[in-house]
Amino acid sequence: MTNEETPSPPPAAASVGRAQLFLGFLKIGLMGFGGVAAVARHVIVIDRAWLSEKDYASLLGIGQVLPGPNVVNVSIMIGDRFRGPLGSICALAGLMSMPLVILIALAALYQQFSAVPEVQAGIAGTAAAAAGLVVGTALKMARKLKPTRMALLFGFIAFTAVGIIHLPMLPTVLVAAPISILAVLWERKRQ
Amino acid sequence: MKDGLLGQIATTFASVSLVAVGGANAVMPEIHRQVVDQLHWMDGATFANLFAVAQAAPGPNVLFVSLIGWHMAGFAGLAVATLAIMLPSGLVAFAAGRLVARLDGHPLMQAAKSGLVPIAVGLILASGLVMSRAADHDVLTIAITLGTAAFVFFRENSPLWALAGGALLGIGTYLLGLFS
Repeated sequence: MTNEETPSPPPAAASVGRAQLFLGFLKIGLMGFGGVAAVARHVIVIDRAWLSEKDYASLLGIGQVLPGPNVVNVSIMIGDRFRGPLGSICALAGLMSMPLVILIALAALYQQFSAVPEVQAGIAGTAAAAAGLVVGTALKMARKLKPTRMALLFGFIAFTAVGIIHLPMLPTVLVAAPISILAVLWERKRQ
Repeated sequence: MKDGLLGQIATTFASVSLVAVGGANAVMPEIHRQVVDQLHWMDGATFANLFAVAQAAPGPNVLFVSLIGWHMAGFAGLAVATLAIMLPSGLVAFAAGRLVARLDGHPLMQAAKSGLVPIAVGLILASGLVMSRAADHDVLTIAITLGTAAFVFFRENSPLWALAGGALLGIGTYLLGLFS
């Protein structure tokens, strides 16, 4: 959680049009190698400045608790927030369209190219870079959100449970999220 | 016959959609169980191959499901599988987003959002670790992962540079005969 003194700058909601939603999420889809969560933050928070760091993190948190792909959920919620149901459709269409086209092309070419060593080397390098992208994004969000000690603790618990101990995600979230929320309530009551 | 298959694709992935908390990677084992073990649509090797192709493409990992649909029934299969996996959970997300927006400002909702933030960030870090375990198998790939992580941590430049750098380093070192 962030300190409450820095309220999130209200995003210029009215100025985010359907085309902008489509194009913004098109960019996320195109750049999202190895998953889109890291690139989504870059486009939504930095590049387009649609949401503050905290608003994005909490929206992503909601997207993670819900069924379905996180960033797909986020795209639907952001689209609706700015432009209603049509905005959701624009955001989702932007997110999915190019990756689908590329995927079909890749699937058609895969048999021929998967054996080319240069291609394999490039894919291996990209996969390693994508992993670093996700790690760096998580650390950067943690730094910018200026977490309390309690928040750090719960972030660490979620990371350890899923990343180190390999507990399944659903039970982990179902247990950790309510406790984390109760801890926030308790912390606020004490102040 | 084909209509039957399309219907089966639709019901299979629509049911997976509503339990897919944590996204496509979290339900990968469940999809494997249904598609390979129960329905016998393909063998395990084909399944792993399709997964590798989906990973190589940009975009959400859920596209893996679209690829299964394409493999089973061409473009119709792709469309049906994509809609089936996204529509149910998408409608839930839409309703949840509305609910959250309406309750925004309520102290409980504020606490809920604040409480979810560290979990969200912790889970991103966890998936980064899981990804790096799968991707890093020598000094070069470990160095690429660390380098990209540092690049993203310290700079606000587009992450695409880091991805391109990783790809070029992989190809370059291969061509130079390093780390073979």
